[in-house]
Amino acid sequence: MTPTHTTISRLRGNSGLRRVTGLNLAFGLNIVSGLWRCLPVMAALLACFALVSPAQADVSPERARTLLQALATDDFDAKADAAQAIAASDAAQKTRWLDALLDGRLGRERRGERFYIITDDSGREWPIIDAITFEDAGTGSRRSVDAFRINNDLRTQLQGLIASLSLGAGDEATRLDAAKRLIGEVDAQSVDAVATQLDNEESPAVRAEIETALALYRVEQGQGEALATLQGNLDTRVRNSLTTIANSDAPIAADAERVLAGIENKRAWYERGQTLFFGLSAGSVLVLAAIGLAITFGVMGVINMAHGELIMLGAYTTWMIQQLLPGQPGLALLLAIPGGFLVAGAFGILIERSVIRFLKGRPLETLLATFGISLILQQLVRTVFSPLNRRVNSPDWLQGAWHLNEALSLTLNRLGVLIFCLVVFAALWALMRYTRLGLEVRAVTQNRAMARSMGVRAARVDMLTFGLGAGVAGLAGVALSQITNVGPNLGQSYIVDSFLVVVFGGVGNLWGTLVAGMSLGVINQVLQPWVGAVLAKVIVLIGVILFIQKRPQGLFAPKGRTS
Amino acid sequence: MSLATMFKRNSLLDERSTWVTSVVLVVGMLAVVVLHALPPDHAWHLNGSVVSLLGKYLTYMLLALAVDLIWGYLGILSLGHGAFFALGGYAMGLYLTAQDAPLEGWQSAMAHFPVAALGVVLAPGLLALVFGWLAFRSRVTGVYFSIITQALTFALMLAFNRNEMGMGGSTGLTRFDELLGFSLSSESMTVALFVASGVAVLLAFWGCKALTRSRLGRVCMATRDAEARVRFIGYRVEHVKLAVFVLSAMIAGIAGALYVPQVGIINPSTFAPLFSIEVVVWVALGGRATLYGALLGALVVNYLKTVLTGVMPDAWLFLLGGLFVVVTMFLPQGVAGLMAHLRRRREVAT
Repeated sequence: MTPTHTTISRLRGNSGLRRVTGLNLAFGLNIVSGLWRCLPVMAALLACFALVSPAQADVSPERARTLLQALATDDFDAKADAAQAIAASDAAQKTRWLDALLDGRLGRERRGERFYIITDDSGREWPIIDAITFEDAGTGSRRSVDAFRINNDLRTQLQGLIASLSLGAGDEATRLDAAKRLIGEVDAQSVDAVATQLDNEESPAVRAEIETALALYRVEQGQGEALATLQGNLDTRVRNSLTTIANSDAPIAADAERVLAGIENKRAWYERGQTLFFGLSAGSVLVLAAIGLAITFGVMGVINMAHGELIMLGAYTTWMIQQLLPGQPGLALLLAIPGGFLVAGAFGILIERSVIRFLKGRPLETLLATFGISLILQQLVRTVFSPLNRRVNSPDWLQGAWHLNEALSLTLNRLGVLIFCLVVFAALWALMRYTRLGLEVRAVTQNRAMARSMGVRAARVDMLTFGLGAGVAGLAGVALSQITNVGPNLGQSYIVDSFLVVVFGGVGNLWGTLVAGMSLGVINQVLQPWVGAVLAKVIVLIGVILFIQKRPQGLFAPKGRTS
Repeated sequence: MSLATMFKRNSLLDERSTWVTSVVLVVGMLAVVVLHALPPDHAWHLNGSVVSLLGKYLTYMLLALAVDLIWGYLGILSLGHGAFFALGGYAMGLYLTAQDAPLEGWQSAMAHFPVAALGVVLAPGLLALVFGWLAFRSRVTGVYFSIITQALTFALMLAFNRNEMGMGGSTGLTRFDELLGFSLSSESMTVALFVASGVAVLLAFWGCKALTRSRLGRVCMATRDAEARVRFIGYRVEHVKLAVFVLSAMIAGIAGALYVPQVGIINPSTFAPLFSIEVVVWVALGGRATLYGALLGALVVNYLKTVLTGVMPDAWLFLLGGLFVVVTMFLPQGVAGLMAHLRRRREVAT
């Protein structure tokens, strides 16, 4: 992990856990040896802060300087002792010192006696602060500040020290973080101190983590009854430990294996949940892309090969609005929803008025003409904007993931697309079911001549229906801009899929489109781990082709005389 | 107008168009060969790259012929004929690659020319047989058929992009050296491939013409115009469709096999849905159900493409897209239909 990365992850505030687990995997051996060396001091330290209250006094600047001065040595063992002395001292700044040392951002003036913490070491000139007073000390560079170097042993040891220090800290989040880091790090010397800490702890979440840490230690010592606490624990370190025990010839191996089987089972279920979520989110993209087509193709019977390009226009609208409102991606995205609908809808109406209405009842010709339009729109976007992909920024509330537990986390942008898809579907369904326009659309679809003789202006209904389908394509584009790059080829990659979804679901049936899109998404995700992404897609495509040949009317055939 | 009178008129018109087209093809080919044989410093000399380019156009014309056969005469719009073209191309590509370094597994058989030649027609033919049998049996017609053919070629494109297919992945097959023991880079080979392509176009043109004028051809056209009636008369429509569809796929495969040595590469982009649909616009522009219209359309559109992508690449897609719209809206019978219309008006005037 480079210093820059560390700084960035620190800014995000969750670096500790990730770093420890990462290093655990990478430097397993070092950790063992490192822990061994620092055992006595660590135990003393834990006992010290467990008995003495965690309140810390400011030490005198002379004392602070002495503590830091001890770090200025090339001997890593001496450096380790110095770090432990700092942790054992009652200096208020000690956590910050150790954090900075861990990141390689604690250093000494090359010509002088002052100590600095480098607050940002990404550039050539570093902003620095005084390590003892935390006052701004201007800037420093490689030439003026000599940062203390650490090695892997020392890094491991520092992580332990920081974890134990934070366990006694006031903030619940810090304590929880520290407790999580304790799992697998408890040893003979520190077990009593940790147990005492457990008694003093009030937060149930922190207690649970400390209990896991203690139980894991006890299980490793061969105490079978502690296994009960570990039942269903999803932590990777617990799983690794249990695997080791289950494979050994310890007396509790069989019990450990049973608990482990339970854990694996639970994990497998969560992983299935994860696959289902990915499948549904991929499916919701398909549904969004296809639902507009379900109206134009399914309800009106018009083959619109430019549908993908209408999606692309929706995505470009999002990008444009974001360019107009820099720094407010959230507002821009919300504005893009009506914006994308209107832009794509307007283009759709233009296409319907200028081309499609003259080709009524000639589906193959409509297919070719709209394909021509799709080429023109693609090239238009290439000429007006650029052939390069554009990146649309996601607002904060669509970034990151929602971590339910160790095995299950939902990406927020995909979750957003899933919800958006369901909302669009519900709105469209209600529109077709309950509004005047929906009634007229259904009437014109079922019997054009009869509808016209009842006073429905069929030509107007055609125009509005096509506009609606195109507008929904625009909405799909807005959603797609959040999960993929926006480029002139965006639409092309969805057109084949969209048509298959509509045909698979059954033409003229909105529910069919929803079910078909979602199931294709899930099937694709389920196949992926076995055969890889591309082959999964090929298999799904071929499957659908075969299905259509077996059942040309689709999953849900319209019933009655309308078909 | 009854089917019989329409056919009669068509046949009269076809008589003339057939020999005109044949003469134009033969004369054009001879002209190219002669012009190429001129000394290089002569003002009329055609160099090898131009001959090779014209040879490529000929293979496209062959492909257009295959599409016209099923779209024009059978009413089946295939948006996946590029897949058959590409399969034929890959079969030839494997043969050419095998000349250089021995291949492994089943592919090693492709090193022998007779096997490869068989593969050129059998690979697309078998795919068309299986696919068509499934589709026609369950009466998938019209746009549904078009959409699933498009999905088919798309799926094949994805599959051939995978390195595990053993077909060179996304790079495809390239770096060919020799064909039947002759170097591909020699000028005489270029001319030979050009002539071979021309002869193939001529033979396919005559063959398709004969087919459409035969009893089978009449059933085809009857199926195109009133499928249910033909079925009720007692014809097994799906067998007719399947036979012609497979034949069309084989012609496309041969076109692909002739295309590959002249262009020097075959890769998954030939499977791209866009290429297949471009072929359809060649036929639509030239005029459906005339055969010579398909040849004309393929030549004109590809010549325009070569010129425009060189001079102003941005304009090419505008023009292609515009062609789709204009042809479908204002020239439903294509250029051939327009010419026939003008001739009829002249005949009425005189």
